[in-house]
Amino acid sequence: MGDNTFAKLVNASTRNLEITDGSNIAVIGGGPAGSFFSYFAIDFARIIDLNINIDIIEPKYFDKAGPTGCNHCGGIISETLVQNLSAEGIVLPSRVIRRGIESYTIHLETGSAVIETPLNEQRIASVFRGLGPKGEENSNFESFDGYLLSLCKEKGINLINARVKELERHEDGIVVKCTGVPDKKYDLVVGSVGLNPGALSLFKNINPSYIIPKTTKTHICEFYMADTDIDKYFGNSMHVFLLNLPNIKFGALIPKSNYVTMVLLGDQIDSKVVDSFLGSKEVKGCFPKNVELKTLMHCHCFPAINIEGAKSAYDDRIILIGDSATSKLYKNGIGAAYITSKAAARTAIFQGISKNDFQNHYQKICKKLETDNNIGKFIFGVTSFIQKSELLKKGLHATILDEQNKINDKRRLSSILWDTFTGSAPYSSILQRGLDPRVGASFIWNTIKQTFT
Amino acid sequence: MFRRNNTLGHLYKDGEIIIKQGTPGNCLYVIQKGTVEVIKENDGGEIKVAELNEKDFFGEMALFEKDLRSCTVKAKGNATVLTLDKRSLYKTIQNDPSLAFRLLEKMSNRLRETDQKLAY
Ligand SMILES: Cc1cc2nc3c(=O)[nH]c(=O)nc-3n(C[C@H](O)[C@H](O)[C@H](O)COP(=O)(O)OP(=O)(O)OC[C@H]3O[C@@H](n4cnc5c(N)ncnc54)[C@H](O)[C@@H]3O)c2cc1C
Repeated sequence: MGDNTFAKLVNASTRNLEITDGSNIAVIGGGPAGSFFSYFAIDFARIIDLNINIDIIEPKYFDKAGPTGCNHCGGIISETLVQNLSAEGIVLPSRVIRRGIESYTIHLETGSAVIETPLNEQRIASVFRGLGPKGEENSNFESFDGYLLSLCKEKGINLINARVKELERHEDGIVVKCTGVPDKKYDLVVGSVGLNPGALSLFKNINPSYIIPKTTKTHICEFYMADTDIDKYFGNSMHVFLLNLPNIKFGALIPKSNYVTMVLLGDQIDSKVVDSFLGSKEVKGCFPKNVELKTLMHCHCFPAINIEGAKSAYDDRIILIGDSATSKLYKNGIGAAYITSKAAARTAIFQGISKNDFQNHYQKICKKLETDNNIGKFIFGVTSFIQKSELLKKGLHATILDEQNKINDKRRLSSILWDTFTGSAPYSSILQRGLDPRVGASFIWNTIKQTFT
Repeated sequence: MFRRNNTLGHLYKDGEIIIKQGTPGNCLYVIQKGTVEVIKENDGGEIKVAELNEKDFFGEMALFEKDLRSCTVKAKGNATVLTLDKRSLYKTIQNDPSLAFRLLEKMSNRLRETDQKLAY
């Protein structure tokens, strides 16, 4: 290699790519990841007296009901995220919270048990990402994604209602092209396009080493019910099902204002799997007697969910965040979007926007999430194993009931299950607590007792 | 009693005490809705030190010191308050120190306000 070429390469990799006064940032996608990035980036810039411009480009209308404003999700805002946002000064207003969740009810073939929230507080929110399902006319409420965007607008961030069609790399920036909007060159382009394949391929075109996340198909549907019926049959409890049904790792019914959202996670969920879930007596038992569930269904879809994070989700002047980079396995995807977005904003504002900066400061956060997801895969392997055994499920059920009856005792297994199903703690912490011999001993003891009853 | 709710946290009724001066504490509180009064109790009676509203936090001293609560905080009208556990907050701050920026900024504002009050 000639001296000249070497010098050029060194120059390119150490070149100062930074956000400076007047820098322009494009955030493509105005879901939670895009909003969190913009909100924190503008705040961090203010702290160090930088004046920057951020455009969020988002084609959806979150003030409209149905698919035009929907970002396909169960709509659970986890306990940790609620707490972190509160500490950041982001308090979810009543018009966004469709219901405060204060317990979860676990349903097994062997029976049900209610696990109360720690501290006897409503610490989890159920929300709609858009205004609500097709036909929703309850104008007293607001969308979660819309609310986050409104916070960004209050901070002077510009919202462009358009879909990005092309990205073009130039020596001094990246040109973003949308239909109906003039092309514009940006110093940094942030990819927060979720798992939209077309949008992800735009990033792959300008960053060929980017490998998009691996996904699987899930299911969401919305059941319309009178709010008084929801109070009566579901209360403020998220209902979780651990049933021995093929392909389903986890099923949940989430009460909202006048809808109940059903979420099915597992391997390649299709209509047959959905029918088997709806046909189970445990699921039917949650709804009013003799009601034909399909008549309550207002809309349904089979969206993709991350099961493995992306590779090389960054390059000079490019960073991918939220679902487009990595998420939390089966849980708290919005919480993961908060973590990756904030890490990206910290890196961009305080460190720089070169590939090296993102590699040194952002990558480790994604890696941590991925490592935790591997532990999560193991935990879900264990729950799948329990799901298939009637005896173990009886033992699990008896242990939870036992713990719930002892008021002052530490509810070890209940808190592990609480965190597993609500996404309130990292999988590593769940595993650590699961390895406590007292948890195993109580579970084994209750299981043995079941063999004699 | 069943309560359908669109606000997170615990509901305190008018005048209900949320934290009591002189008791140990290990939580921070964030007001989700409503107003609370911060009261200093002396031998001679009570002095209202501040009134806090939605998004404000209190009880932050317990994050940094092992001392007893320095003031009493009560709900003024109905107020819903979310508890932030000290241990999980510190765990998060360890992974993301910038979470402490707002807490520090607010605490510095409070110091400034106290300084100004003392100057008058
Ligand atoms: C079945 C299911 C249930 C889930 N339940 C929960 C839950 O209860 N709680 C939870 O925390 N997480 C849940 N998740 C995960 C959660 O939905 C995601 O992790 C979260 O939405 C990620 O946010 P994001 O901003 O990265 O992506 P998204 O929310 O997907 O946002 C991406 C945005 O990019 C926009 N966009 C796409 N292409 C373009 C383009 N070309 N130009 C401009 N904009 C574009 C889209 O319109 C969209 O608004 C669930 C996921 C699934 C599949």
